[in-house]
Order: sequence, then structure tokens, then C-alpha cells
Amino acid sequence: MKPQTITEKILSNHSGRSVYADELTIVNVDGIMATDTTAPMAIKAFQEMGSRVWDNQKMWLVLDHAAPAPNERIANLHKLMRDFARQQSIKLYDIGEGICHQIMVDQDHVRPGQIFMGADSHTCTYGALNAFSTGVGSTDLAGIMLTGKTWLKVPRSMKVVLSGSLRPNVSAKDVILFLAGQLTIEGATYQSIEFEGEVVENMTLASRMTLCNMVIEMGAKAGICHPKGLTLPYDWTPIVADPNAVYDSVLRYDLSELLPQIAFPHSPDNVRNVQAALGTPIQYAFIGSCTNARLEDLQVAAQLLKGQKIADTVRLLIAPASNQVFMDALADGTAQTLMEAGARFITSGCGPCVGSHLGVPADGETVISSTNRNFKGRMGNPNANVYLSSPAIVAASALKGKISLPD
Amino acid sequence: MVFSYGDNIDTDRIIPGKYTKTLDMSQLAAHVLEDLDPAFKDTVRQGDVVAAGFNFGCGSSREQAPIALKMAGVAVVIARTFARIFYRNAINVGLPLLEIREHDIAPADSLTYDLKTGQVTNHTKQKTYQAAPMPQVMIDILNEGGLVAYLKKNGDYKI
Repeated sequence: MKPQTITEKILSNHSGRSVYADELTIVNVDGIMATDTTAPMAIKAFQEMGSRVWDNQKMWLVLDHAAPAPNERIANLHKLMRDFARQQSIKLYDIGEGICHQIMVDQDHVRPGQIFMGADSHTCTYGALNAFSTGVGSTDLAGIMLTGKTWLKVPRSMKVVLSGSLRPNVSAKDVILFLAGQLTIEGATYQSIEFEGEVVENMTLASRMTLCNMVIEMGAKAGICHPKGLTLPYDWTPIVADPNAVYDSVLRYDLSELLPQIAFPHSPDNVRNVQAALGTPIQYAFIGSCTNARLEDLQVAAQLLKGQKIADTVRLLIAPASNQVFMDALADGTAQTLMEAGARFITSGCGPCVGSHLGVPADGETVISSTNRNFKGRMGNPNANVYLSSPAIVAASALKGKISLPD
Repeated sequence: MVFSYGDNIDTDRIIPGKYTKTLDMSQLAAHVLEDLDPAFKDTVRQGDVVAAGFNFGCGSSREQAPIALKMAGVAVVIARTFARIFYRNAINVGLPLLEIREHDIAPADSLTYDLKTGQVTNHTKQKTYQAAPMPQVMIDILNEGGLVAYLKKNGDYKI
């Protein structure tokens, strides 16, 4: 048999035949989810086609994008989702339980080797688990709700080998921002990025999620981590590429000298070393989103802020990735450290990142954020400037009131 | 009329996230492209064309983006390339797309196009452009008017 990439293997396992890059195939899907941005339209489209979802144990709904509801219109959409979940006996994660991607991974709704499709572009996050996961729109999701299948063009794979060891205060976020800067916002269009190398092997699951989360910022269909170094609390079969598998390109980076990275307004590929932005006054700092709001992210921020106060010209908001993350941060003292330093916690969810509510910047304000996109208007105000960086840089900047490196 | 924009027009600029949480599709048209071209929503007419550069529709998976353009009256989007989630979403909701690597369509140009052949004629510049072919499954979905109608008819995907 012709050698295969990780992507080709997973898609073959779900196609009932061996498939290779550029072929069209129909795959069986292992799991799906939708949020309050995408589920209402998906439910509406589904109801035009059928009455019962193909498998109510393989679908989950999450209220996270504008939750708790900021107005009556969204409250009614939440109700529509709750009603549908009850009628179909589908598990729904209600307000504050967490960001969809964190929940899918933490609750084992997605496992290695699976195909998972979510109606949210950051569904690519689960490649951290050596799975193939990707974002689709509402109607594509409705099609899977009906049939349990979807059609795909098998993406070409790009191998990214990350070697060396990261310096202090350099994290998965710096790695993926660096890569976005190198490849540009369309540099991996419809490709599957397969990550490997020492840097990946040494990453926690949380960091691998940060890495895979932002491959969509380069247009990729999926990002998948090599399984080496990944430990999970259940039995699983790692999927690795065959020797001589065909990659569209192979990129190698030694990251030993990588410095902290930052994306300037208004695009996540507008990336430079943080040095280039040092001293820029900020008014709003945000640690949150499916990219960087896990316990390790909050711990990094707490370590830098311990016993100190953020600048009085800055507000620092934190939205933990899930209620579980928040409880863990309460249990180990991380949350208290952050609150004593002046950080304010908001309900776990996507609000500020996607500009729904709970922290929209004012005209002319500058924001430093641990999120994934800084397109004009992304955080709810087209007249604000948003910089993207790691939780360490966000915390250090909140402390000084200007974009700063940790001391 | 033709509206022409540059590269990397992201979904936040097509329809900001703050307006996406609705099932009232006319609300989407009321805010389409407002951070990119505030005049668009008031000047666009049924049958108009949006032309753009590379990577049109990058960013989020929000299907509200192609729906907003369709509800505003846009008949076809022509771009050098499309972001892939947007590409699928547009076809699934019945918004035709033409991917033309090399084009120099400008706002004042007079165009005619044939969705079946993918040929676009620019009468102003006296040029023709050829769109990249679409997979048959997408042509079938578009011909039905979208994925819902396609699945209602076929019950399953055919590739």
C-alpha cells in the first residue's frame, strides 16, 4: 500500500477505503458539536430535512459564545437550543460550563484517531489529541446531524518539525504566532499541518491544544500533533505517518532562540518579536478563549503577578476556559493571586474574544489579548487596536500598563 | 454593479460577530461589510457582484457571512481564492462563487458571467476570465439551491 500521512490514515479509516491527498471521499464522523452562534441555524436546517439526529450520543451543544445571554434575542436562541437538546436527548452544556473546545477534550467527547466536526472554526484544536478535527458551517453540520457523514477533499499534508527547546516565557502561543507570521494567513490553505519534533514532544496536552487551535489562522483544514509524548488516562492507538508518506512541504524550525511573539493589529499573521511593540500603552488586557485560558495559562499569569498590582490605567479580565479550569484555579490559589493583583474573572465563555459581550473595548483603546484573532472589529469595536500574545506577555503588560516583557 | 475589495477579507468584516446571533436573516444584510465599506449595505442592489483578491472569507466558520451577502442581493462573489470554510458554506446556502486566479475586475467594470461554464466577460476591459472548476458534488448542491434541498432530494452525499 502507498505510504500515508497521519491525515490520510485517519480519513482512510473513516472512508472504508484508502484515500490520498486531493481525492474526494465520504467519511463517517465520530462526533459533532455546535455553539450558540451556529447551532440555531444548524437546528433550523436539520428540521427542514429530518426529525431525529443520526446518533444523539455523538452530538453535543454548548452555550458559550454569548452566555449568559446579553439580550432577549440571544436568550431565545439559547432556549431554542435547550428545547432541541431535550427533545433529542442530546447533552447540552449550559452557560458557564466552558468553551466548547475545552469541554469536548476534557469530557473525552473526542479521542485520538477520530474524525470530529464542529460548527466553529477552532474545532481544529483537537488535533492535539492526534485526531482529525475541523470546523464546518451550520448547514454542513445539519447534514452530519442527518446522515452521520460528510464529504471531504482529502487535504494535502504539510509537515512542520519543531526542534530545540523553548526559552523561559516562550510558549506554544509564541510558536504558533511565529508560524502564522512565517506562513501568512493563507499559507496553509486547505492543508493539514502535522506537527512533530522535540518542542511538540515536550508539550502538555493544553499546549498542544494552543498549537493546533490557531492553524485555521493560516487557512489550514486541520492541525495534528504527532502522538509522541502524549499521555492520556485511557488506552488508545497512536497514529503516525508511514515512512515516505507524501508531504506537500516539510518545514523545519529550530526554536531554541525563539523570542516572545506578538501579532499587531489587525491580522493574526502580522507577527513580530514582542520587542517591536514594547512600551505601547494598553488600557485593556484579556486572558481567555479556546486558545489560552487553561490552568497552565492562568498559572503563568499568576506567577508573574503574585504580590503585585496591575497598573491603575489597565483593566485585566480573565475568562477561564471552563468552569473546571476555574475551580482548579480556585483550589490551587491561582485565582486568588490573580484577583489580589487586580484581575477580574468573568463567566467562562467566548464573549470578549468574539465581541459578543462582557468586555468590548472603547474607541481608540489598545488591547492586549491571549486570544486568536485581531481582525478589525473582532472584539466588538472596529475602532480599537488588538494585539495578540501569550498569557505571560498579557500579564506582564497589565502590570506595567504598556506592552512589556516579563522581568 | 460591481463592488471590488482587496485580499484577506475576513468573516468579521463580512459580518461582525456581534450581529451573528440571530435567525432573522434580514438583520444580517443590514450590517453586511459595515466595517470594510459602510456604504455597501445601502448601495448594493439585487444581482450585484462582489469581486475580491486572495483568501476571501478567511476566519470564522460562521455561515452568516455568505448568508449576509446573499440576503443583501449579491448574485455572485468572484475572488482570486476563497478560504475553504467560506467556500463550502456559500455553496451550501446557495451563494454562487467563481474562483479566478488572475482577474483585474474594478468597481466600474461592466460584467457578464455564466455560472455553468465559469466564464466571466469584462466588457469594460474587453477581457474574459475562466473560473476554476468546482467538484461535481458542489455543482449538484448549488444546482439544487443549497445543501438542505440537495439532501432532501438525495438523502445522502454522492461524489
